[in-house]
Amino acid sequence: MDDAATLNIVVLVKYVPDTQFDRQLDSGTYTTDRSESILSELDEYAVEAALQLIEARGGAKAGNKVIALTMGPAPAVNAVKKALQLGATEGVHLVDDALAGSDAAGTSLALAAAIRRLGPVDLVIAGMSSTDGETSLVPAQLAERLGLPQVTFAASLQVEDSTVTARRDGERQAETVQAQLPALVSVTDQINEPRYPNFKGIIAAKKKKITELALADLGLEPAQVGAAGAWTAVLSAEPRPARSQGIIITDEGDAGIKLVDFLASRKLL
Amino acid sequence: MTDTARILVFIDNLAGALHKVQHELLTLARSLGEPVAAVGGVPDEALLAELGSHGVATVYRPAADLEDSLVAPKAAFLANAVRAAAPSAVLLENGFGGKEIAARLGIKLSSGVITDAVAVAPDLSVTKSVFAGAYTVVAKVTTGTPVITVKPNTIEAAAAGTGGVPQVVEVDPGDPGPAARIIERSPKPATGRPELSEARVVVAGGRGVDGDFGPIEELADALGGAVGASRAATDAGWIEHSAQVGQTGTTVSPQLYISAGISGAIQQKAGMQTAQVIVAVNKDPDSPVFEIADFGIVGDLFKVLPQAAEEIRKRKG
Ligand SMILES: Cc1cc2nc3c(=O)[nH]c(=O)nc-3n(C[C@H](O)[C@H](O)[C@H](O)COP(=O)(O)OP(=O)(O)OC[C@H]3O[C@@H](n4cnc5c(N)ncnc54)[C@H](O)[C@@H]3O)c2cc1C
Ligand SMILES: Nc1ncnc2c1ncn2[C@@H]1O[C@H](COP(=O)(O)O)[C@@H](O)[C@H]1O
Repeated sequence: MDDAATLNIVVLVKYVPDTQFDRQLDSGTYTTDRSESILSELDEYAVEAALQLIEARGGAKAGNKVIALTMGPAPAVNAVKKALQLGATEGVHLVDDALAGSDAAGTSLALAAAIRRLGPVDLVIAGMSSTDGETSLVPAQLAERLGLPQVTFAASLQVEDSTVTARRDGERQAETVQAQLPALVSVTDQINEPRYPNFKGIIAAKKKKITELALADLGLEPAQVGAAGAWTAVLSAEPRPARSQGIIITDEGDAGIKLVDFLASRKLL
Repeated sequence: MTDTARILVFIDNLAGALHKVQHELLTLARSLGEPVAAVGGVPDEALLAELGSHGVATVYRPAADLEDSLVAPKAAFLANAVRAAAPSAVLLENGFGGKEIAARLGIKLSSGVITDAVAVAPDLSVTKSVFAGAYTVVAKVTTGTPVITVKPNTIEAAAAGTGGVPQVVEVDPGDPGPAARIIERSPKPATGRPELSEARVVVAGGRGVDGDFGPIEELADALGGAVGASRAATDAGWIEHSAQVGQTGTTVSPQLYISAGISGAIQQKAGMQTAQVIVAVNKDPDSPVFEIADFGIVGDLFKVLPQAAEEIRKRKG
């Protein structure tokens, strides 16, 4: 697949609490505690998909771009840095105190404004869902705000000339969908095997440009985003009582029968 | 809540019969106000009769066929249906499609969207769990018409029993803008088992089944349940990807989840730990899945599962 035209891709990377640790909601504001955070593992698939597309077209040397964009507090720049180590060509960090507490509507508003400011892009690639918010709303809302066709939950992705084609595994059927560039794509964990950063990539990343943007750069008012601009509010949050460990038995040849006894005692037969 | 409060349910199929979760959405709508429905095409008589049996008096449909494109045309039509019906909330299914239509609808109407609802109260506050089931959160839409996607098994579906035939109102389908066309569809082969996301019983197998889902299927069938899997099992190609339970697969909240040959990684737990009762069968006593099991068996699934299936068949006669 050699394509004469170069690609200009924005990949959306979110900085999220590591799922390997217990995750906390702040008790006063019900916002996410972001210590122990990383680049969302589901966004690694988006970065990999972007890199594969530009590598098939001669990479950065041929003028292709992968711009890693994150919105989040100061440490969120680490998500961008990781993407740069993997091979993204430049980074953008959207950071502003007023963004704290944004819901999907506010996040998509701010990200859309940032993407518009980057000039014409061929593809916006996101992960299928953030591992903290878990709503999967942002990609579709961005497509709506940017007026782009959405090709979401892609389990495979091809770009030829100016057409993007993807397979998507729905609940009741599998679908092949096609759109003209520019388009917004979100990818699932079925699409590829994300690479690890190597030494060369880590060194090269240090020289790559990271642009910081604030709300004022985007022409947005603080009241439009963050907790103030949110269209939803969390009224209460309670840690789910830990599942207490139940009965554990070791099979002595009759565990199948004991299992059925247990199901009968819980009226589950 | 006054009795004029309308609750609009989006129905994503054009012919009867309704899916189980659609029955649940309509039942929930009736508990919150007067149910009305929006259907993305021309509903057939069977569908209208089913909607009527839920007390739906008005059905909104597009005045012209929607484009065969992903999400955007449905969202554009639904926005116009909401403008016509002026409901106090919109309810949709919680799958990929429902969430995405909800997402775009929210922007079109400047309305807040809440996904993954497990309960909706009369004041339209929504209960959901976050962080893979670690927290239970109550949230509310504060701007616009609440758009809520509701998980399966949140309410016992029941018909209203007042079956009139609803009046059909045509609305302008609206302009979907640039959209991705669907150029091919392949329906999932019917298994005769309940749908994974809706099933009351799920029996799931992991790497421990070592290529053979036979014992999993046998126990699922004895219990009338659906078959699920870990990503290790779907990645190995032992079963189709749509059987995957977890963070990047289907989220299930059945009455009973039986996990066999699955270690219980965080991404697997994310999809099943809100099940009411969890049973785990695993050879390794240190397997993390036992931390969340109500009943755990340290043993070989190839012995335990067939024995249990046999015993269930015996007791059921
Ligand atoms: C981004 C990302 C997303 C992911 N999403 C998901 C997801 O949605 N769902 C998901 O499940 N995983 C997901 N995973 C993978 C997850 O991290 C685990 O790797 C996976 O769940 C392990 O599957 P398993 O438990 O079947 O395999 P293993 O961890 O290998 O466990 C196999 C278990 O079988 C037991 N066993 C072996 N033989 C027998 C026997 N004869 N009888 C009884 N027990 C036996 C073993 O003791 C062991 O505990 C994801 C990973 C990533 C990185
Ligand atoms: N704050 C953010 N910064 C950058 N990308 C984001 C942000 N929030 C969401 N995204 C992107 O949108 C995808 C889906 O997120 P969500 O809608 O929150 O589940 C993620 O995988 C990211 O690619």
